[in-house]
Amino acid sequence: MELAFYLSGLVAVLATVGVITGTSPVHSVVYLIVSLIAVALVFFALGAPFAGVLEIIIYAGAIMVLFVFVVMMLNLRADAERTPPLWRQPIYWLGPSLLALALLAALVALITAGDIEMAIDGELITARAIGLTLFGPWLMVVELSAILLLAALVTASHVGRRSDPGHSSTPRNAPNRGDTP
Amino acid sequence: MNGVPMEHGLVLAATLFSLGLAGLMLRRSMLFVLMSLEIMLNAAGLAFIVGSTAWNQPDGQAMFLLVITLAAAEASVGLALMIQLYQRFHSIKLDNVSRMRG
Repeated sequence: MELAFYLSGLVAVLATVGVITGTSPVHSVVYLIVSLIAVALVFFALGAPFAGVLEIIIYAGAIMVLFVFVVMMLNLRADAERTPPLWRQPIYWLGPSLLALALLAALVALITAGDIEMAIDGELITARAIGLTLFGPWLMVVELSAILLLAALVTASHVGRRSDPGHSSTPRNAPNRGDTP
Repeated sequence: MNGVPMEHGLVLAATLFSLGLAGLMLRRSMLFVLMSLEIMLNAAGLAFIVGSTAWNQPDGQAMFLLVITLAAAEASVGLALMIQLYQRFHSIKLDNVSRMRG
């Protein structure tokens, strides 16, 4: 169990590095699928098989298929980010990065302080216990998530509609027309 | 001590979250921004699972279900926005839509 945890964690981190450093969109999507499957294996190793199955079915199965579908439909290609715009200047990212690094240092210091004294022994939590929790005390949250999904459905079908062709080829395609000296 | 210490699971979640945040700040393509958001949500779900299995309580896994629900909603709306961006600008660079100087 320990070997599976550390090996899957290493694969997850490496695949995530591959995601954020890749240049081809399709390669990055496939790396992300590998990362999600590795995290699902971490769940299996920790003793949460229901969460692992859900991770594979919903994340790697449904959401990432949506990503692959959109990448294929838009026919994206590997584009070098050739114009380094204003965000390269350090004034735009130095402050938030320093604050986030301070928060990360505090988090790691708290984690490695060594007073948690808890080990995950891989005892299984069955889907029955999760279902009893969800539909017992958490019932209102389930209904709220249903409303969230309905709102996402309406929003996606409204935003993602195809705009009429006479409207999309107007000169609004020029992004900076007339407002830069 | 047998079993995985809880610290290692939390460090793994923090590492994945940091990688997602770095990708969010480094990349200007909307596809990579959405994938970085998925990585960060997934890392948060991993932290929930680690807490759930450390305390042997099912509440963390119920919370993970809600995180997955949120990720699905976010991905669908984000991809719809990306399709609109591509239809209007024939590119998914987010710098195209920075007219508000935000």
